[in-house]
Parts: sequence; structure tokens; C-alpha cells
Amino acid sequence: MTQAAVETRNLTRRFGALTAVRQLTLRIEEGEVFGLLGPNGSGKTTTIRMLCGLLEPSEGRATVAGIDVTAAPEQVKQRIGYMAQKVGLYEDLTTAENLDFYAGIYGLRGAAKQGRLAQVAAFLDLGERLGQLAGELSGGWKQRLALACALIHEPALLFLDEPTAGVDPAARRRFWRTIHALAQAGTTVLVTTHYMEEAEQCGRLAMMSRGHLIALGSPAEVAAQVGGRTLEDAFVILQERDER
Amino acid sequence: MMPHFWPMFRKEFIQMRRDRLTFAMMVGVPVLQLLVFGYAIQTDVRNLPAVVLDESRTPESREIIYAFQNTGNFRIVAYVDGRSALDRAIARGDAQAAIVVPYQYPRDLARGRTATLQIIVDASDPLASQAAIAAAGAVAQIRNLVILTHAAGRASLPLEARVRPRYNPGLRSPNYIVPGLVGVILTMTMVLITAMAIVRERERGTLEQLIVTPITKTELMLGKIAPYVGVGLMQMTAVLILGRFVFDVPLTGNLLLLYGVSLVFIIASLALGLFVSTLVRTQQQAMQASFGFMLPNILLSGFMFPRQAMPEIAQWLGLLVPLTYFLKVVRGILLKGVGLEALWREVLVLAGFAVLLIALSVRRFRKTLD
Repeated sequence: MTQAAVETRNLTRRFGALTAVRQLTLRIEEGEVFGLLGPNGSGKTTTIRMLCGLLEPSEGRATVAGIDVTAAPEQVKQRIGYMAQKVGLYEDLTTAENLDFYAGIYGLRGAAKQGRLAQVAAFLDLGERLGQLAGELSGGWKQRLALACALIHEPALLFLDEPTAGVDPAARRRFWRTIHALAQAGTTVLVTTHYMEEAEQCGRLAMMSRGHLIALGSPAEVAAQVGGRTLEDAFVILQERDER
Repeated sequence: MMPHFWPMFRKEFIQMRRDRLTFAMMVGVPVLQLLVFGYAIQTDVRNLPAVVLDESRTPESREIIYAFQNTGNFRIVAYVDGRSALDRAIARGDAQAAIVVPYQYPRDLARGRTATLQIIVDASDPLASQAAIAAAGAVAQIRNLVILTHAAGRASLPLEARVRPRYNPGLRSPNYIVPGLVGVILTMTMVLITAMAIVRERERGTLEQLIVTPITKTELMLGKIAPYVGVGLMQMTAVLILGRFVFDVPLTGNLLLLYGVSLVFIIASLALGLFVSTLVRTQQQAMQASFGFMLPNILLSGFMFPRQAMPEIAQWLGLLVPLTYFLKVVRGILLKGVGLEALWREVLVLAGFAVLLIALSVRRFRKTLD
């Protein structure tokens, strides 16, 4: 068996009396586009934050690219790209300055840095926006820039937390084309969403409700679990069943 | 070594330059403070407005009134006719002192009896009235001496104490206040700016993004504060230049040494700001906490009130704030012209503060969200 891109075993996180993520066991293969689907408060963001080393698990363990996130969080960080719900751009810096900053923070220098900056800017079509302040970009462009910053060091894994919230449909479609292109090139993508049309785009997905897993498989398999209806129906039925 | 420091430094520098309001505050606030403090804090009270009630109206009475005026502590604003007018002037605040020469003053003087004068002082402000009270006593003593020496048939005084006020012979307040102001301004702006800079990243969500990068805590913190070292040195230069040319404050000692020590103090202040940022979550809390740390610095350090006059406990507490040490250094170098041989202890303590506060901040700062 090859090494999993992400593997969790009984991953649990509590905030005081609240258990945000409960006994989550998952395995994501390299090069997969894997979706975490669930309503607000179902534990998607907490899961992704634990995998990125932003939060420490209360129980259980998780490995990312074969590295234990609790034991060596800093080693994980060089291998992953992360886009938070609220994108971490410096609005008073230009597109080019944001890219240059993150390139520097990921240790790129000199000609290698310049080459990579040009490559990423071309890949995400940012050429004409380079001189513009990030704060003046529209939602769709901000999201592309944030993705560019997360990709600057060519991470093996990409964690996207509701990446298309507040982005218009055309830009969202374009964004997903980019995601598929990245997966084609071998990047593992873990994405959280509560849009059904986005969930349909994933190779496999995990449905979450109240912090634990309620369904796992390809979109078609998950829909079939409740009698071959649409993914949206499946989601509503499974969630209601869980909350009863 | 510290490969991620320079990108952080560059970024912070660009942001600092681009934030017009903060930049204006960093340059404008010191200048404004210097002018306000420099002009307003005058502990040597001169020209206290005074009224005169001269009941005798003789050459002798005019002579003694003139002597009071000559001290420079009293500025005669009016002559009044009676007690009630005098009381009104004092009560209204038109005058803060009154000189009463009684009817029998010249007669008592001529007969060799004790001639009395009455000086009334509005002592509701003790600091302002002190100078007047002292001056009144001095006027009488000098007159006494002249009269007694004359009576004893001597040409010179039997005893005289020659006081030589060193380092600030004119006893001018600005000489004392302006160097101290360098320290106060640096404390205020450096602590506030760094505390806000870190908390702002937290509030805007960029800190979350930074945490998932391989930057280390130390690189993050040092890269964050380093650009402000330059700001601190600029502020200090502005205050020194204005102090020299607007308030005539002497720059006696070794300026290179002063800049060296100030660098240590600036780093200590920035480190205090870092520490504040690890205690708070929002920019508003950062601002309140910074002011909370600033007040003891200003009150206990001896910037305005002499430490020797404080109760022992306050003096001990004063030893816990960095400004106390810096004031000693900056006044020592600027006014006394002394060097490291006299100030090395203070410099060591300041360096200790810087190292301790940075270490504490790095320790407290978590590279996680909880």
C-alpha cells in the first residue's frame, strides 16, 4: 500500500465542553480531490485546521505527507498550502508584493524565486493585476491571488477552507478548472464546502454532521446510500437522520 | 541564519510606509508632544500675578514693593484700596499673591522695631505658591542683612554660601524635561506601534496564514519589530534637534554613545510592545494595555516628579520600568556629559529588559490558533 497523503485516526478536538470533531478516521490518497461537506459548525474547519497545525488535536492522530502533525508540525508546513475562509492577504500590499512576501517566507531566493513568481502569475493569470493593491481586487481575484500565495512553494497538498465563498459563479467555475489542473499534476487537494455543485466536483467526499462522519465515498456512491437520489437529497436525509 | 527574517522585515517596512496615518502619527506626535510638554511643563514658577495694598504710601513702602517685583517671582497686576478688594482679587484668581504694607511700616522701621509686611499666597496650587513663599522670605532676609550690617558698622557680610548649580546653571525646566521627553515619546510610540502591528495581523486573518508557513516565532517577531527601530531613531533625532533649537537644550555629551544606548532602549520598548501583543486579542485591547504600561513608566520613572520625593514603595516600583534607567542615561549624557563609565549599570539593565521581554514574548506566542 502506498503512503496516504492524509491519514487520520480517531481525530478529536474539543473546545471546552463542546466536541467540534469526534473520532474522525479518514484516508486521502495522493492526487485526490477530496471534499469535506457539511453544514456550518459540523467540524470541517476544525478538521482542516488540525491538519495544517493551526490547532492541536485533543485526541487521536493525523499524518500529512507521512508526517505526524502533532510531533512535527513545522515539517508539515513546508509541504502544504493553505487557504483560509478569510483569505490571509495583506490588503495594503500589491498583488506582486503579496506574492513576493510569501515566496520569501517559504524560503525562495533569487532567480528561483523570480522564475516561480512568473510561473504562478501566469498559471493564475495574474499578470495584469500585479501592480494593484490586494484590497482593491474583487472577490474572485482576491481568491486567485490567495491561491497563488498558497501555491508559491509548490506544495504536495493543498487545503482549501470554503475557497469560493463570496465569489461569483463564473469565477467559481474558473477556480475549479484550476483545482482540477493542479490535481492532474499530482497535487492532493482537500476542500471544504457546503455548495452541492462543488461537492459534485470532488473525486471522493466525506459528509460531516455535528463533528463526525456520516457518509464517505464518491458523490455517486454517497447519493446511492439513500436510494440513488441527488447528492443534495442524500445530504439532507443523512443529516436529519443524524440529528434525530 | 533566520532565512525568513528579511522577507518579514521588507513587508513590514512597505506596510509602515504605506500607512499614512500611522506614519504621520509616528513623526507628528513627537513634535507635538515636544512643543506641548516643552512649553507647558515649567516647574519654576515666575511672574505670579500679585496685587498690592500699600497703606502707608511712603518712599519706604515703594522701595520694598519694588524689591518684591525685582525678584521676578511677582508680577504686580493692580494696586487695591482695601482688604475687601484684595480678598476679591485672590478669590477670583485675578491675583495669586498679595503684598500688604501696613500703615505703621515706615514708622516701625525708623524706630528700630520689627516692621511687618504681610504676604498672602493662594496655596491651592502648592507648586506655584512655593516659589512665591520662598521669594518673600528671601526679600525680607536680604533687607534684614542690609539693615543689620549697616547697624553693626561692617562693610561686608560675615558669612555667605556660594551655591553653584552644576549641569543646569540656569535651573531651566526644558533642560530637564526635553531629554526625558525623548524617553517618554519612545516608550509611548514604540510600545503602541508594535502591540498594534501584531494584533492587526491577528484581526485581519493574516496571522493564521503566517502560522501555516515555516517562519519561526523568533523570525516573525524580530522581523516585525526591526523596521520600527529606524522610526525610533528618527523620532529621537527630531526631538533632539527641536530641543536644541527651540528650547536651547544643551547637547553636552557624546551623541554617538547616546544613540547607542537609545538603540538598546528602543529595542526594549519594542519588546514590551511585543509582550503586550501576546496578552491581548484585539487592537482596542492592545491600545488600552499599552497605555496601562505607559502610565507607570511616565509617573514612576522620574520624568515629571522627582523619584527622591516618592515614598519608598514607589521608588522600588520605579526600578521595574525601563524608562527610569533610560532617563538617567539620557540626562547624564546630554546635561552632565558623562560617559559609559558612569552609566554602564543602567545600560546593562536596559539590555536585560530587552532580552528578557523578547524571550518572554517568543515563549508566550503560540504558533497555533488556540
